[in-house]
Amino acid sequence: MIDVRRDFPQLRRRIKGKPLVYLDSAATSLKPRQVIKKEQEYYTRYCANVFRGIYRTSEEATEEFENARTKVAAFIGAKESSEVIFTRNTSESINLVASSMKKTDEVVVTIMEHHSNFVPWQQLAKLKVWKLGEDGRLDIGELETLITRKTRLLAITAVSNVLGTISPIRHICRIVKKINPNCLVLVDAAQAAPHMKINVQDWGVDFVAFSSHKMLGPTGVGVLWGRRELLEQLPPYQYGGEMIKEVHVDRTIFADLPHKFEAGTPHIAGVIGLGAAVDYLQFLGMGAVRKHEIEITDYALNALKSVKGVTMYGPPHSKDRGGVIAFTLKGIHAHDIAQLLDEDNVCIRAGHHCAMPLHEYLKIPATARASFYVYTTRQDIDALVIGLEKIKKIFQ
Amino acid sequence: MDIYREAILDHYKHPRNFGHLKKPDIVMEEGNVTCGDRIVMEIKFKVGIEDIRFSGEGCAISQASASMLTEKVKGMNKVQVKKLSRKDIEDMLGTSLTPSRVKCATLPLEVLQKAMVSLKP
Repeated sequence: MIDVRRDFPQLRRRIKGKPLVYLDSAATSLKPRQVIKKEQEYYTRYCANVFRGIYRTSEEATEEFENARTKVAAFIGAKESSEVIFTRNTSESINLVASSMKKTDEVVVTIMEHHSNFVPWQQLAKLKVWKLGEDGRLDIGELETLITRKTRLLAITAVSNVLGTISPIRHICRIVKKINPNCLVLVDAAQAAPHMKINVQDWGVDFVAFSSHKMLGPTGVGVLWGRRELLEQLPPYQYGGEMIKEVHVDRTIFADLPHKFEAGTPHIAGVIGLGAAVDYLQFLGMGAVRKHEIEITDYALNALKSVKGVTMYGPPHSKDRGGVIAFTLKGIHAHDIAQLLDEDNVCIRAGHHCAMPLHEYLKIPATARASFYVYTTRQDIDALVIGLEKIKKIFQ
Repeated sequence: MDIYREAILDHYKHPRNFGHLKKPDIVMEEGNVTCGDRIVMEIKFKVGIEDIRFSGEGCAISQASASMLTEKVKGMNKVQVKKLSRKDIEDMLGTSLTPSRVKCATLPLEVLQKAMVSLKP
């Protein structure tokens, strides 16, 4: 892949005279100048509310806003752009679907879900949990017993934000639908959409949720894709401005898709910025993005293997996992690792990464996590390894 | 970074008063789920803290803080323990705390103060 680092202004920053080693892209990605510029363009050239003004700048803003929707739809292989709903983040996208559940509805989730794809179902439906096999992967055979004719929905992550495990969504969805054609499938693609080509129709699923800020776009924007006929059946999630056709004293007629689910003035600049992020990723090519991820993950798996005392979690081969590695260092707590790495501007995450059920299941209180993206280099990984060796010496 | 200065690492590697008491008057446990830290305090108490042990697991900051605290509070009465503050913990550790680490450092004190509250008046 071409060298993209010069496109990311934050990578030029020096702290205490030293460069930044950003290994926390699973939490949020850095932003390229193309995205920042596009967002700024809205604020400086056509700042106006969307869908209202009969004047040029408002029409420009509306056009840019809807263009972004079209871009996102094409990016994920949606049949039509009105199936793309803009939300605040992945959590809100999932809550939108979960809010239509009844307490008696049976929902199956995997043990490796992020809290955003766990807690909403736990609160609003009846939860059944799909455990992991020894190798950190899902045992597809379990579906036969988990999915019953009563199951309302399967909520599953395409890529685990801790283990990196890639779920074979297409395969899983086929089996689920064979057992129970009425069982819906919702995919948390927060860690997948930024890193690999996804095609919602090819997957055969019903809902897909992801966030702009993990895929080079602005924070504060999420996406929910759903099949048209299902979205039409779902009740509105919030009520208010922009989601209506007609309002009378005694009744309201709601807007058509997608606006039925977009109450209130949206994050206009953020959505337009997301459009630019999609352009940027399309320019790189998702094949090249994934190839780089496999290469850098492979390098990191080998490099961390050489550090004595390191235990890594998740599938052993880079082709089976996303660009995220959770690990522990013998005798040293993840928080101490993260804080000491910060001395050399090496940014990693420490804790349970919003996946407490998974950590409980693995019987580890906390892990350190390094995660990668298009701008991650071998030098970044080397800096992590040097840092870990330094920490071991301090704790010796 | 002075948060990992010699004294802290020494207490982490060689914790003082670590373990259990035979017949403690109070046992109090508190965890910080976010970090996976857990501290148990066992105390012999008459008019003040006669003896104290701690156990649990966690990062260097929480473990060192617990170790130092057990040394500091021996002989203190209920009122004196209740008066201890975050500032006292920082002075004891000899370092200031970044916002993300305050919880780690003050967890042992929280456990101890809870133990004092549980004492019958």
